[in-house]
Order: sequence, then structure tokens, then C-alpha cells
Amino acid sequence: MKLDSKIPAGPIQEKWTQHRFNMKLVNPANKRKFRVIVVGSGLAGGAAAATLGELGYNVDCFCFQDSARRAHSIAAQGGINAAKNYPNDGDSIWRLFYDTVKGGDYRAREANVYRLAEISNSIIDTCVAQGVPFAREYGGLLDNRSFGGAQVSRTFYARGQTGQQLLIGAYQALSRQIAKGTVTMHTRTELQDIVVVDGHARGIITRNLVTGELKRHAADAVLLCTGGYGNVFYLSTNAMGSNVTAAVKAWKKGAGFANPCFTQIHPTCIPVSSDHQSKLTLMSESLRNDGRVWVPKKAGDTRPASEIPEDERDYYLERRYPSFGNLVPRDVASRAAKERCDAGFGVGPTGLAVYLDFADAIKRLGEDAVRARYGNLFHMYQKITADNPYKVPMKIFPAVHYTMGGLWVDYELQTTVPGLFALGECNFSDHGANRLGASALMQGLADGYFVAPYTVGHYLAQHGSMDASGKVTTDHPAFAEAEAALQDRIDSLMAIQGKQSVESFHKRLGKIMWDECGMARNKAGLESAITAIQELRKEFWADVRIPGSKQGCNPEIDKAGRVADFLEFGELMCRDALMREESCGGHFREEHQTEEGEAKRDDDGFAFAGVWEYQGDDTEPTLHKEDLEFEHVKLTTRSYK
Amino acid sequence: MKLSLHVWRQAGPNDTGRMEQITATDITEDMSFLEMLDKVNEDLINEGKEPIAFDHDCREGICGMCSLMINGVAHGPESGTTTCQLHMRSFRDGDAIYIEPWRSRAFPVIRDLMVDRGSFDRVMQAGGYISVNTGNAQDANSLPIKKADADAAFDAAACIGCGACVASCPNGSAMLFVAAKVSHLGHLPQGQPERSKRVQDMVAAMDAEGFGACSNHYECEAVCPKEIPADTIARMNRDLLKASLCD
Repeated sequence: MKLDSKIPAGPIQEKWTQHRFNMKLVNPANKRKFRVIVVGSGLAGGAAAATLGELGYNVDCFCFQDSARRAHSIAAQGGINAAKNYPNDGDSIWRLFYDTVKGGDYRAREANVYRLAEISNSIIDTCVAQGVPFAREYGGLLDNRSFGGAQVSRTFYARGQTGQQLLIGAYQALSRQIAKGTVTMHTRTELQDIVVVDGHARGIITRNLVTGELKRHAADAVLLCTGGYGNVFYLSTNAMGSNVTAAVKAWKKGAGFANPCFTQIHPTCIPVSSDHQSKLTLMSESLRNDGRVWVPKKAGDTRPASEIPEDERDYYLERRYPSFGNLVPRDVASRAAKERCDAGFGVGPTGLAVYLDFADAIKRLGEDAVRARYGNLFHMYQKITADNPYKVPMKIFPAVHYTMGGLWVDYELQTTVPGLFALGECNFSDHGANRLGASALMQGLADGYFVAPYTVGHYLAQHGSMDASGKVTTDHPAFAEAEAALQDRIDSLMAIQGKQSVESFHKRLGKIMWDECGMARNKAGLESAITAIQELRKEFWADVRIPGSKQGCNPEIDKAGRVADFLEFGELMCRDALMREESCGGHFREEHQTEEGEAKRDDDGFAFAGVWEYQGDDTEPTLHKEDLEFEHVKLTTRSYK
Repeated sequence: MKLSLHVWRQAGPNDTGRMEQITATDITEDMSFLEMLDKVNEDLINEGKEPIAFDHDCREGICGMCSLMINGVAHGPESGTTTCQLHMRSFRDGDAIYIEPWRSRAFPVIRDLMVDRGSFDRVMQAGGYISVNTGNAQDANSLPIKKADADAAFDAAACIGCGACVASCPNGSAMLFVAAKVSHLGHLPQGQPERSKRVQDMVAAMDAEGFGACSNHYECEAVCPKEIPADTIARMNRDLLKASLCD
């Protein structure tokens, strides 16, 4: 596997401008001769499909939900970053670039991050033009707020529903193209495999989740915009259907998988309440603008929060990190919460929670002002917990939220399989080992609206065929072969008729991952996890029970396929975590920490993206390295003190 | 808690369907309604039976995928709440709970409690957007928008497209859904050039999909999980009348 990052030459500020000029174009009249597949309809997929449609390509867009508007980007709450510097507080493209590389603990590719910062401003302009109702000041101009890991206010927001409003913007643009006939939308349709012909991605096989039918789709390029793999932990803030299948299939077809162990554990989520819990709910990071995090100073203090006097409270983030306080980045805040709870200072019935307290903000601003900022979040919290956060502090605990790892892509967002692109959370490119708040929406839309539409054209101009005679069709044997293999897999799953449900296997996998490959990891734990996952996988294939029939709508088959892929992928994550003998960002190896318990990076040994190549089901994958060079941001110990 | 569920079971679009009684056991009040169904399904699978099919995804009340008529009310007894955010503390031990799919001509049943809401997408495709291509926008702050207008646009844009308004309307009308989009874009300066055409095209598409008309029952407003008010419909009717007079 050859990793050519294709970072353009020249000064970092001019790389993208120059590269856009250097890329080949497809003549407007010829664009309709190409067909592009976009898998996923979230911010990255919806934006890419709409924009490619606008340009004149024929696009087929797929989602497993019943409408393109349901993709899980919709659940993003807090906001989207851009370097507009509207508040005049010293922000710039360079500062957003710098903060993102530093926030990622120096494990991201500089050139990509710079481009992201550069594009950020156009995203806001485009979204406003689409009618996205961002929050505004009384003067009619856009409002900003602060997020973790930054000392400027650069986050644009639409109450606590920014992801929803941005996704509806992309969905509207997509709807317009569907009406025009440039995009064909395939809902309740899930990717099952990618078809590679002569080394190039030339199509996919899908399964219709209503009829159960497998179908072949041929195209000139395939874009995977399928999100992250947080559900490998079973409990996460992802949607129930979010899965790793597309990325795993791509990996098995020769795409390198980069940094799979880089997962983000978000510090402010509603704590787990029982074994029946199906998912975790995030409370936006924006709450840390006004909420103060604390635990009692005395371990095992069971008094209610209201009875603990001020001088017996430990505002541990403000104590440990005076300059960033409650707005330290997510990895730092999560680890600090875990440290307090492990030491016995946690609160609530399980002791696995800390307080997020708004009493000061309510005293300072009044309840109405707090309601205007966070009303929907407080409402959601009250629905789930039956506690009123205007009266008592919220209880929060870290939960799996986002995955920085993903399919390895070059500067053009192309994987190691030519013609196969990965956008948004599905790729590994911009967030290094830790993503800053409000940067996921930025990256998804940057990739979808402003990067892939150029780079896909560049690929098609070189490797696409405008002639029907030069095109791969669904009659090609590679399609028949892939479809037959999938049919076999479904038949084998249905034939097992064991005793345990798909869900029960998923829960067991999640527990292994959370215990051994979660917020803190060590060598012995990871080794035991690999063995445990291998055994669980064998058990799954011997004893899973899938009721019903393979024809028609059967959600248990959909789940079984996803869980089977998670069972393979979990092992890869553990291998990656075991290989990376350092702590950086969200990856915390207990063997590598400072005396104060902070992450200890090893830049001499591990300033690289670890890219795994699939070698067969029973063979260990091989590791390749893309060395990361830092020319503009100096590698220093990340400090938020 | 132990509950007596009466659930709509329908093997496929061509099956006639029937209510089935299922007993739910070991339900705790901190479970969400869908976690209660998860538990029931786990038990059904262990008994060798087929689980109940229902739509759901984000379980945070925002994606709009979950549905369900619970004791005859769309999204159940709590106001301003989607089914996925409804918790079992709203019920008591021994309760009988009737669970049905959305029922409307424009939402055919796929299986059990799952329905096809593709008609909503087609109504949106008829004009629920601003015709602007990626990349040709001016600086975002070159177009100031009164805060009150931006807030009103947002209130309408909060629609999650779940279809509760249609399911609860005796006429199966989609007026609140359509009005929310018309109102969202109509409150903004960017939405003005297409304002007349948008409302006419979307209403025509709504009629073509088989949704009924509004006759002021206000059931939609009562069940909308995002609490979009029924006067949004009045605003749309005003736009529609104006558009038809000006044409």
C-alpha cells in the first residue's frame, strides 16, 4: 500500500488555491456523462450530492433512513466554527488552523487543516444564503459564542439545534436537485459492499431495507459519507443505526484505515441509568460557556448539591486549568471527570457523574437569558432525568461521541483505492487525535460543498470514461461475484438460528470496548480485549438468532450485518491502540502519562498516522505510516493551564 | 412495571393487519418508551417470535424518524415530546397501552408500526428551498436580518418532519408541515424571490399526494413535538391567497 498524501507544494496559504487551478476540469457539457455514487446524506453526503448535482453530474445518493433529512448530523447541537472574526476578538484563518492542529494534539495533517480553516468562512455564507436561521444580534448581524479549546468566539449557532438547521439547509439543496433530476435519492437502502474493477471503485451493492432485495449500482466514482463508528461501544451519542459497515467494506477492498483508536469521549453527556439503556444523550459543550463543573471536596459525600456549601465544592477544571477553566478541550475535560470519579468524588446513584451547575449564570443573567441560550437542552435534560436544571445542577458524565479515525485519504479526499473517496467523519483527515467542539459540522460541509466537488472532477477528467463503451456496467463479473458473496453471507446468518439476539452480542462487544479501549487503555487490557473479541465473534457466528425471513422488511437482518462488521472492526481498534505506545488527544495509554496525569506524547516515535491494510480474515493487518510534518505549528506539550 | 400492550401487527403493505396483545414485564420507569419496546422485542426474540418493527434513529427527539400513536395520541401523552423522549415514568404498573402506526392515506404502512413518509420528501422537492447554488453567496453579514424575523424563521424551521400533525388530523392534512417550511423561508429576505411560487407549488404537491385540507381542528398543534403553532397555517393561507390574486 502506497500512501501518497499529494500535499501540494508551495506556501501553506496558497496550496489550495494553486491546487484548484492545477486540477483538471470536466467540461460543463460532459459532466452529465458521468455518474457519481454518494453514500450517506448527512452534512458531508447531502452537501456533496447537492453540489455535484448542481454542477451537472448524475448523482445517486443513498441513505438507510426513510429520508435524507434524518442523518445523524441533525443531532449536533452547539455550533459550527468559522474564522470570520465578526466579534473582532483577534480571530483569523491562521488562528483557527493553529487551534485545530494544537487541539488535535499534533496528529493531523497541516495542509488539510489549513484548507479547512480557509474554507470555513464560505460555509457560513452559503448556509445563510440557503436560509439557515443562525442566531442574530438585535442589529441583525450574526451572533457568535465560545467553544472549548479556543480563546475567541468563533462559533455560529442556531439555538441548540445547529446541526439540524445546517442539515435541513443541505437537504433543501438536495431536494432541489432531486426535483431537477440530477440526483436520484435511494432511501431505506444500505450499502453492503463496494465493487472494485481494475483497481478502481466502480460501484456498490445495496440492500433495500423494505424488500430485502440486493441491487447493483455502477458509477464512475464512489463517495463514502457514512459517518463515524462510535456505536462499536454500543452506548454512544450516535444514532441507533449509525454503523461502520461502509468503512469496513472499503477497508477489505484495499482502502487503508487510519488511526482507528482515535475516539472522542465527550465530557458532558447524561449519565447511564440502567442496563436497558439504548443510547446516550449529549448535553452540548456550549453549556460550559455558562455552566461550572464541580464535585464535592469530600470523597463519598452523599448530601444533595444544594446542601453542599460553596467552600466544600471543588471546581476542579477551574482549579487545574485556570486559563481555559471550564472550556478546556473535550479530551482533557473527560479525563478530569474520570479522575475525580475514580478517586471517589463522583456524585449521583452510581458515583459516575459530576455536576454542571448553572446557579451562577442564572444569578448573573437571569433565568430567561439562560433559557434563551439553552432552553431546548434544559428541556431535553428534564425529559430524560426528571430533574429541573434551573433548580438543581445537571449530572453529567463522559460518553463516546465522535471518531477522529477513519478511512485514510489524501489531500483530495481519495482513499488508497482510486475512485473511492471518503468525506466527513468517515475519513481521518482533519482532527488528529482530538476534535475541537463545533469543528465536525465545519469539516463535513467543507468536504461536501467545497472540496470533493473539485477533486472528484479532477479524478473523472483523468480516469473516467465519457463513452458508454469504456464504462463498467453492472453486468461486469465483479458485480455478480460481490452480490453472490453477500447473498451467501445473509444465508449463513439466517441459517445459524442460535439462541442469542443480535442486540445482546452488540452489548457485550460494547462492554469490552468501553472497559479496555475507552477513556484509558493499557497493554494487558488491550491484549485481553483482542482475544475476547475474537471469541465473541466466533460465538456470534455460531449462536446468533435472527428471526423472520430474508425477504421483506426485517430490521434484525439489518442489525446483524452491522454488528458482524463491528465485531471485526473492534479488534482493529484495539490493535491500533496497542501499537500506539504514547498518549495523545483522546487516546490515553496509562503507561504514558505525566506525574500530573496528563497525556504524554512521543513525537519522535509516533508523529505519524497509523494506516492499517487488510490482509485477510484470519491474518493480522499490516501497518503503514504517513509521517506528519509540522512546518507551521511547533510541536509543544499541549497546555491549557 | 408490568404492562398490557396492544400493538398493531402487519406483516407487509398487503397484509390486512390486526391488534395483538403482548405483556411487557420488568419495565422500569427510567426506560424510554422505545427502550421498553426494545425489552419487549428482546423477550419476543428469546421466545422465538418476531419482534415488533418500528422506526427510530437518533433517540434524541431531533431526527423525526420515530412515530407511534400511543393510546390514540401521536407521540403519546407528554406534550412537546417525541416518542423517543417519552419515558415510562409517564405510565403506571398494570396500564394497558395501545400502540398503532401513523394512519393516513399518504403514509402507507410498511410493516407493523413503520410507515412510508416519502410523500413529505416529494412535497419538499416541489419548492421547499431557496434556489441558490453552492459557492455564489455574498458575505453572511452583508444581509442583516431583524432578530425577530430570524427568530420567527427559526421557530418554523424547528419542524422535524415526523408526521405527527398528519397522523392526528381527522383530515390527514399536512398543512402544518407545509406551512412550517413556507413560513421558515418566507420570514427571511433570501426567501422572498420565490415566496409566491413556493407556496403554490408546495400546496399543489401536498394535494397531489393525497393529504386532506385543514378544517381547524388544531389537533396538529396539540401533538407537534416542536410546538409549532397552528397560526403558521393561517400565515401560509395568506401567502397562498396573495399569490393566487397576484398571478
